[in-house]
Formats: sequence, C-alpha cells, structure tokens
Amino acid sequence: MAKITLKNLRHSYYTNPKGPQDFALKEVDLDWQDGGAYALLGPSGCGKSTLLNIISGLLVPSEGQILFDGNDMTTATPDQRNIAQVFQFPVIYDTMTVRENLAFPLKNRGVDPATIDQRVYEIAEMLEVTDMLDRRAAGLSPDNKQKISMGRGLVRDDVNVVMFDEPLTVIDPHLKWKLRTKLKELHQRVGRTMIYVTHDQTEALTFADQVVVMELGEVVQVGTPVELFERPAHTFVGHFIGSPGMNVLPAEIKNGVAHFYGHPVELEGPIKEGTSGKLEVGIRPEFVGLGDTGIEAHVRKVSDIGKHTVVDVEVGEHRVSAILNGAPPAKGDIVHLQFKPSQTRLYADGWLATDVVPESTATGEDAA
Amino acid sequence: MKTENQKAWFFVLPVLLLVAFNALIPMMTVVNYSVQETFGDNLFFWEGLTWFEQILRSDRFHAALGRQFMFTALILIIEIPLGIAIALSMPRKGFWVPVCLVLMALPMLIPWNVVGAMWNIFALPDIGLMGYFLNHVLGINYDMTQDPVAAWVTIITMDVWHWTSLVVLLAYAGLVSIPDAYYQAAKIDGASNWSVFRFIQLPKMKNVLTIAILLRFMDSFNIYTEPFVLTGGGPGNSTTLLSIDLVKIALGQFDLGPAAAMSLIYFAITLLVSWLFYTLMTKDDLN
Repeated sequence: MAKITLKNLRHSYYTNPKGPQDFALKEVDLDWQDGGAYALLGPSGCGKSTLLNIISGLLVPSEGQILFDGNDMTTATPDQRNIAQVFQFPVIYDTMTVRENLAFPLKNRGVDPATIDQRVYEIAEMLEVTDMLDRRAAGLSPDNKQKISMGRGLVRDDVNVVMFDEPLTVIDPHLKWKLRTKLKELHQRVGRTMIYVTHDQTEALTFADQVVVMELGEVVQVGTPVELFERPAHTFVGHFIGSPGMNVLPAEIKNGVAHFYGHPVELEGPIKEGTSGKLEVGIRPEFVGLGDTGIEAHVRKVSDIGKHTVVDVEVGEHRVSAILNGAPPAKGDIVHLQFKPSQTRLYADGWLATDVVPESTATGEDAA
Repeated sequence: MKTENQKAWFFVLPVLLLVAFNALIPMMTVVNYSVQETFGDNLFFWEGLTWFEQILRSDRFHAALGRQFMFTALILIIEIPLGIAIALSMPRKGFWVPVCLVLMALPMLIPWNVVGAMWNIFALPDIGLMGYFLNHVLGINYDMTQDPVAAWVTIITMDVWHWTSLVVLLAYAGLVSIPDAYYQAAKIDGASNWSVFRFIQLPKMKNVLTIAILLRFMDSFNIYTEPFVLTGGGPGNSTTLLSIDLVKIALGQFDLGPAAAMSLIYFAITLLVSWLFYTLMTKDDLN
C-alpha cells in the first residue's frame, strides 16, 4: 500500500544511447495514488511495458528514480518492492493444483498454513474458481488460467500495486468482457492500486479512473476517460481514442482566426500566445454536423454502424469523418460541414494550443 | 454416392518397400533362424522354441543382461542430471551461445569406432595421456586391461563424454522455450531458485527429457562398437555387454539359431522397456 512516484525516468535498452531515438522511455514523471485504478494506454512499442517492468523491478531504469511512499526503490528487486504482476500470457505452475498455485506466493513468504488456506479460499470465491481448487492447473482453459494468474497477484493482502500487462490478449472475446468486469469489481473490493497496461482503448477506458496515454516513450496525457475523449491534449490522443478517431485537419491563422481550407473555423477559445509550428484543427466526428451553410464537402462513403452513421467526406484532398444520427446523405452528395465550436481545437506541433472559454460563452453557439 | 479414391496407396508404397527391405525382411530372416538349426549349405532343421528356452535359462545370458542393465542404469544416472546441470549453466543469449552449442555437439560428431579407439589409447597405462597420468603422476594403479573396475570406469566415462551432449542439447532446447514471463512471475511470487527449477524448468523440460532418456536408453542398451573397440568385452567377460555377447555367439561360435533367438529376446526387452517408459511418462498428458 503505497503512493508510487516516478521521477525523471528514462530508459534505453542500449548501453550507450546516442540520442532520443535510442530511448524506449524519454522522460517520465508520474504519481500513482494509493488505491487508484490506472490504465497505461498506447500502441505497441510505445514503451508502456518498459515502464511497467521498471515499476515492478524487473528492469532497472537508465536514469531517474522510483519512489514508494517517498522511499527510493529504484534498484530494489520485485520481491522487495512487494508488488504483483499479471502477464500477457497466463503463467501458471503446470504441476500444481489450482489451490497450490494460489498458495505459492504466500508459501514462499512463510505465511502460516491457516492464513494461507483462508486467503486462498477468499480469492477463489472472488474469482469464482472454488470448484476447481483441487484440479491440476495445466488442464484449465486459457481464461481460467488467467484468472489463476490474477489470483496469485491478489492473494497477498499487503502488495503495493497489482500490475496487469495486457492480461486479456489470449482470452476469447465473449469472456474478455466478463473478466474485465470482474477486474473492475475486484478493484473495488480489494481497494489496491492497480495499473492496467493495454493498447485497447475499450479495456483502458472501462477499467481505469485515470488513463495514462503514451506514445513513442512519452506520456502524452493523463486524465479520466471523459477528459481524454473530450479534450485530447495531443492529436495522438485524439486519433488513438475514439472510433473513428478525431479529425485532424491542416490549419493556418489569418488575422488571429484559424482557417481550414480557406474557411474560418471557430475554436473553443482563444489561441495560446506564441503559438507557432505545424498548425492543425482537431474535431471529433461526433461534433461534425451537416447544414445548409458551412464548408463544402463531397460524400465519399456512408457506413451504417447500427446506432448511427459514419460519413466520410472530402474537402478538397482532406478527408473528414462525421458521426450522424438521422437520415444520412448519399454517396456523391455535396454537403456542408459545421464544426461545433466548443469542441473544435487548435493544435500546434501536435499539442493543444487553445484555452477553454468559461462555460457561459461556450453554450448557445453550438451548431445543430 | 460416395466415391472412394484408392490413389493414396501409391504414395505409401515407397515407404512400405523401404521398411520391408530394411526392417521386415531381415527381421523375418532372424525369426527363421531362431526356430531352426543350420550347419551351413542352406540345410535347416526345425527346432521350435528350443533356442529361446536355452537362451532364457542360460547363466551366460543372465550375466550379460545384468551387465547391460547396469551399464544403461549407470550412464542414465550420470548423463541425465549432468546434462540438465550443464544446460542450466549455459548462457541463454549472447556471443557464447553458439560457441557452447558447437563445443557440445563436437563429441557426437565423432564416429563410434573412433571414439572407442581414442579412449583405448587415452587409457593405456604407459603411453595414454589419462593412463600415464593416473599411474605415474597420481600413483593410482589403473589398468583397464587387467582390472574390471577400471574397465567399467573407462567405458562409463567414455559414454558420458560421448553422449551427455545429447541430453544437454535437448534440455537446453526445452529451457530456451520457456517464456521470460515465467521467470518474472516466479521472481514476483518470491520463488527460490530451487522452486524455479522444480516448478518451472523441470516441468517445461519434461517432454524433451522423456525423449532424451528414451534415446539414451535405446542407444546405450544396444551399444556395441565403442566398448568392443575399447575393451573387447574384457578383462574376462567383465564388460561383455549383450550386443558383444550376441556377436560372439553369432560370428565367433557360429551358433546362428541361439544367436537369432537371443536377438529377438534382446529386441523384445528394448521394445518393452521403451514402451513402458514412454507410456508412463506421457500418461498424465492424456487427461
């Protein structure tokens, strides 16, 4: 049970890193509050597993510190850190029964047998594996094996953090949902810090209270699922979260007003001072509407995805997606796009470059 | 209406012919010899099971069989743990991996009779490197041509030198196939090195070790060339293993009938032990 602090963490797998491109982790400063449910979200190769292994102690970072409640744990072994980790592929001890598997971490630490029995029973109940306690673990289905792996992580009641490294990768889709719900429920019951690493936005957003989005070895945004969705701090977050992701369109500033393809675009608020570099306008498809006036566009594709319709249009050579309710246009139609100003933002070199306007001025001018 | 295509038989035919000519037909010749008496000139007299009875009751056969089981048991007891220990201490990645693998494979590339000859010279008390060293430097009285114990120590050492590598390579293959996550999980679970070996490495090596033991059993149980070249079965009969005895009966004494019966019994024992072992080792996997 501890607050975990990462300070100026950098890691390279090379012994003599020559530049930023050699670093798997570029510079990470993060605080993980005790008892929180966190997700570490990012595409493959973004450094999230490296970060996880550094927290668990399987990897010693090239630079920086890891503090548990203020104590430096940078070079401590996983055992000393008292953490638990669940891996991508279920790790079970083949020759043992389910009961012995669950008891293993406790037995290795010399816990007395009565306590072991009680803890194993409690965890088995939580995971709903009580009826298989005396079966050989080798014969179980992948989802049950993964439950046992999780169980070994949860069975100790003194762990500082339980980490999950893409634990649902090998699980059948219909069971994924069940296990995910189970995990969420377990977090609420045991109240321990949990860090869930995944590249799947649904898994991250359903599990976590706080999501840490990573790309190319950097943390791009930390926030609640709603924050990440509504106000991405970086175009990458906009792309990565949402389906389809945020529209990111080239922009230029004329007389202090952002323009896309010659059309002025109203933004959520004032542009930050000193904004320069590559400018882009970001707007989620959910907030692109059609009207009688606006930016003229060509409908290229209309996909009905059940609840609503995803319309792909072209403005010149730029593609824009819109999610529409109600009657969609037909392929080949000419339409006029309207961006909801309160959800339209400017990004400079990928980073958010607009400030939010106070609530009162933002409402009322929303496009229909 | 179901049409049957019999073409597949043609594809099996080459294998059938191959097996027939290299196994079935020679084997049937042996069966033929084992129930008859012959004095040459292609003259045969029916003897029924006489030779089988004679062999099974013969003290000479019992003694050779006893020596054979002792030899196989000793080399398995040494080679399997030693092979596992070497495999465990080999590097898993880096520059030294190929070096170790090549060094390990070297003894197995040497022809069997060369191995026998090498060790024969190596062990000679007056000129062999090992023989000279033991006798004249360490002062141990060692002469495998006179002393049965010395002869046994030499053939066992030779076999260990020649074949432990096989166990090493198989065990190593089993070890490198264990995903890192297992070791990481064990670290996190606070497992000791012994627990890692007992609950992760050994279970994951089980299948390759089954094959290793099976191969080493069959090879050592049928071993002929190396001990024949090294000791010739001596001193006396002390290292006369089954195969050496068999050749003595067949070619030395030209008792083709008893030799054929003995071959079949020999074959049956090898097959039975292999089958029992394999069945026992794999029975858990079926459930």
